[in-house]
Amino acid sequence: MTAISSGATTYIAQSVSLFDGFDGFVLPLVLKIAFVLQLFFVVPLVGGYLEHKAMGRMQHRRGPVEAGPFGVLQLVADGIKFIQKEDVIPRAADRWVFAAAPGVAMVPALLVFLVIPLGPGVFALDLELGLFYALAITSVSVLGVLMGGWASANKFSLIGGLRAGAQLIAYELPLILAAITVAVQAGTLSLVGIVEAQAGFMIPGTGINVWFVFPQIVGFGIFFISAMAELSRPPFDMPIGDSELVFGYMTEYTGIKYAMYMLTEYAGMITMSALMVVLYLGGWQLLPGVPMPGCEGAGGLFDCSPIGIALSVLVTLGKIMALVFVMVWARVAYPRLREDQLQRMSWLVLVPLSLLNLAVITVFKVVF
Amino acid sequence: MAATSPPGTGLLKGLGVTIKHLFQRPATLMYPYERNELAPRTRGVIALMDENCTVCMLCSRECPDWCIYIESHKETVPPAKEGGRARTRNVLDRFAIDFSLCMYCGICVEVCPFDALWWSPEFEYSEYSIDSLLHEKEKLRAWADTVPAPPPLDDGAVLPAEVADAIEKAEKERELAEAKAAEEAQAKESGAAGGAATPAAAAKEPEVEVKAGEIDQETFDQLIAEGKSERIARSKAKAAWVKKEKARLKAEAEQGGGDAAAPAAAPKPAEVHVEAGQIDQETYDQLIAEGKTERMARAKAKAAYVKKEKARLRAEAEQAAPSGESAAPEAEAPAKKQLSEVHVEGTGEIDQEVFDQLIAEGKSERIARSKAKAAWIKKRKQEQLDQEGGA
Repeated sequence: MTAISSGATTYIAQSVSLFDGFDGFVLPLVLKIAFVLQLFFVVPLVGGYLEHKAMGRMQHRRGPVEAGPFGVLQLVADGIKFIQKEDVIPRAADRWVFAAAPGVAMVPALLVFLVIPLGPGVFALDLELGLFYALAITSVSVLGVLMGGWASANKFSLIGGLRAGAQLIAYELPLILAAITVAVQAGTLSLVGIVEAQAGFMIPGTGINVWFVFPQIVGFGIFFISAMAELSRPPFDMPIGDSELVFGYMTEYTGIKYAMYMLTEYAGMITMSALMVVLYLGGWQLLPGVPMPGCEGAGGLFDCSPIGIALSVLVTLGKIMALVFVMVWARVAYPRLREDQLQRMSWLVLVPLSLLNLAVITVFKVVF
Repeated sequence: MAATSPPGTGLLKGLGVTIKHLFQRPATLMYPYERNELAPRTRGVIALMDENCTVCMLCSRECPDWCIYIESHKETVPPAKEGGRARTRNVLDRFAIDFSLCMYCGICVEVCPFDALWWSPEFEYSEYSIDSLLHEKEKLRAWADTVPAPPPLDDGAVLPAEVADAIEKAEKERELAEAKAAEEAQAKESGAAGGAATPAAAAKEPEVEVKAGEIDQETFDQLIAEGKSERIARSKAKAAWVKKEKARLKAEAEQGGGDAAAPAAAPKPAEVHVEAGQIDQETYDQLIAEGKTERMARAKAKAAYVKKEKARLRAEAEQAAPSGESAAPEAEAPAKKQLSEVHVEGTGEIDQEVFDQLIAEGKSERIARSKAKAAWIKKRKQEQLDQEGGA
């Protein structure tokens, strides 16, 4: 474990990114920006395509088939369509807030990708407070939603925005408590460090390596449910519930601004899945206790050959897509909850459960 | 269920259902590439057979959306016989259905008394502009070529009345013929000729059954020339055909021999009718070959037919005298007094012979009586004319 020992007050990177291997200041910077941007624009599209296809098949449809081979370019076509659309701003709307809101929602979703590790060294930045950073910056997205709901000058938008605010605050708590529990067990807030900690975590008294999902199955469930609620994904899509609120805070948005909100949602699915992979599912580890081929460092996760790095990235992306699929699966299977049921579930079930989870894990951490 | 099963079972069941469906074949039909079979009576588009339309306006009036537009004018048709009254006929100028308003209820098709409107299963006529959905007569006529044949009757279904009547009559005739043939065979000791006659007669009977829907072209032409509607002319001509066929069969049975010419001649005029309605096929073909539109060709061919028919009738009349009852008795003698000019008193009387015959043919009593009445009056008139001619 890369313990907390290294002076916890600085924000300097802990382990070195692959991109820092290049000389100079500008080149690594450009590479990192390119890396984050491609993560932000490409992987959510893959996730969106997966959602379209999986949802279609589960509903006895085929999903997109026409745009590109097997419809893979459907979301690209959608994006082009959104760009072409007229940008309508309601007359009564608060113009500047209305225009800024999608950006306020989208930029945090972009910034989270800074700390997401896809493989050994395949990340832009390994902050010591990586987990804290990720959770803090995703919380900013709710501001964009609230701004959009308020600025639209539309009752449905306002109700949607308020619902989103209430929902995001309610589910932030169990989400953070579950994440803290992992940090407690790993002994670090660095996302790379957490992956490393999982490689070294043994079931007490045995030599069997397991991921954190094993001791923290309850925490994983809480995190998963809270993540879906944070993203306003069905069955927790009350803020945009189309049968009640037209389209919630997105009602008045068209064209590229609407596309930005949608991209935020899909990017959020990817980041939340990536966080779950890192926190609970062993990061880029193929199987618990199995070193990645071509890797030699601690737990068989670091100091990898190019093949090992490529494999690691593929494993992480595969796990992310599997989690996205589960989210889609839940979306197809379950109807939307009622607003009060949503709040009850958070405050009366998930928060106490996550507190209990935290307490139990902390005790175990101290005892063993 | 919730009381007995552990919590969360329902949630897992829900996931199970969706994952099961993930691996099933999608129900999607890749439409432009694949097409499913439409039901035989699919309501795709409404087709118009404009030659059947009499501009009765029923469809237009019944249409709940008022989306049928009909325009017409009246044309005077010269009297069928000289000195008669000129008749007027409605000529269809415009028939349009606005499919942007149509709700495909099919009331117009149901209500049309002359089978001028039909359902066609074609449905791919979407347009970029809404005005293009207004289908004019030509387009509606083109749809008529896509109307499928009516589905065959179910096994054991009741036959249409006229077909059933004709079959029944033919059966009776055959029995009669067989009985007669048997008598002859008994009478003749040799039996060779009789034996040959019976199978010949029997072989011809099924033909009668098959062609029971045919009409007597001569009668039909004559009635049309008299200005009767096509429908009435057809039904009367049908009856005349059955009568003739009967006579022919009787004659054949008596002869005991088989003349192949008569059955061959019978279907030919009927064929002309079925294909062309009331048009001169030759003229029609020629006009089509000249590149005229179908509508124009049909109209001209119709006119040509009427002209020809008139010429024929006139020629017959000039030949005068003994062409027989069946060949247009009214038109035959312009020099003579016309039937219509003769006044006959008496209303209650009926021609018993005609009445009995019509009843035997399965007509309703009302129709039989009215026709018999008409027959009686005609006879009286003829008698008067004959007397005057004699004097």
